[in-house]
Amino acid sequence: MSGDSGIRYISHPHPVTGVTNSKLGIWCFLASEVMLFGGLFSAYILLRMGAASWPEGSAILNVPLATLNTMILITSSVTMVMSWASLALKDFKKYRWFMAVTILLGLAFLVVKGFEYAHKFEHHHTPSTNTFYAIYFTLTGLHGLHVLGGILVNTYFLFPGSALWKKDPDQFMGRIEAAGLYWHFVDLVWIFLFPVLYLL
Amino acid sequence: MSGHTPEEIHHHVKIYIRVFAALAALTVLTVGVSYIKLPVMAAILVALFIATIKSSLVAAFFMHLANEKKIIYWILLPAVAFFLVLLVLISYS
Repeated sequence: MSGDSGIRYISHPHPVTGVTNSKLGIWCFLASEVMLFGGLFSAYILLRMGAASWPEGSAILNVPLATLNTMILITSSVTMVMSWASLALKDFKKYRWFMAVTILLGLAFLVVKGFEYAHKFEHHHTPSTNTFYAIYFTLTGLHGLHVLGGILVNTYFLFPGSALWKKDPDQFMGRIEAAGLYWHFVDLVWIFLFPVLYLL
Repeated sequence: MSGHTPEEIHHHVKIYIRVFAALAALTVLTVGVSYIKLPVMAAILVALFIATIKSSLVAAFFMHLANEKKIIYWILLPAVAFFLVLLVLISYS
């Protein structure tokens, strides 16, 4: 029983699994997220197949704004992975810079999404309008909450959480990698949401 | 992904930039194709094909799945398998 490093394996890989327990944990969580969004995706297909008519996304949604948001999320995924790479190069200043940009891009995504929602509400298009808007708001709303969650976690790691870098750089890098895995997953979900809701 | 040499990281960074360029190009492509107004079935297949390539790039390189320990694949396998079961069930309904 040699304390933290002997039991918890959060700074170094566990000899049995070959990965840290933190990484094992985040992947279990992401597997559950695959089921959460997978279930909703299949609900979307079921609703669409069962509907007498289905509006074309591009006719009623704002494709240029959604394309902009796609670019914003893709860019934020790069800055997120760059923040991790900066830590791997022991460049803490660069880490903070890339993490700050990632957070700002996440906020930009939510602002654009907010404009889209506001425009819909102005025209009294709400989840109760029809089945399309019901699943549109459910999927994009849940995704938006995930973006918000990622922003909160990343902000924690930019400010108070970054104190760990001096105490245990390996553990901190593991945390940033886990936060990154989550952020990339949120990007990955949007990569499917964008064509399915807006283009088809 | 621990214990990397600076050379390895610099190599990774180059890959990240290329993946970003590919993702941006594929986004433009998928939007461009949507303006062609293909038949519905063809449009769905093309859009999902491009989205699958994009998500594979994100998973393989940004999430490091191209070079990950076996246990991570075993965790993901049931989730993906159950999702596919859902899709199969839908197609039978």
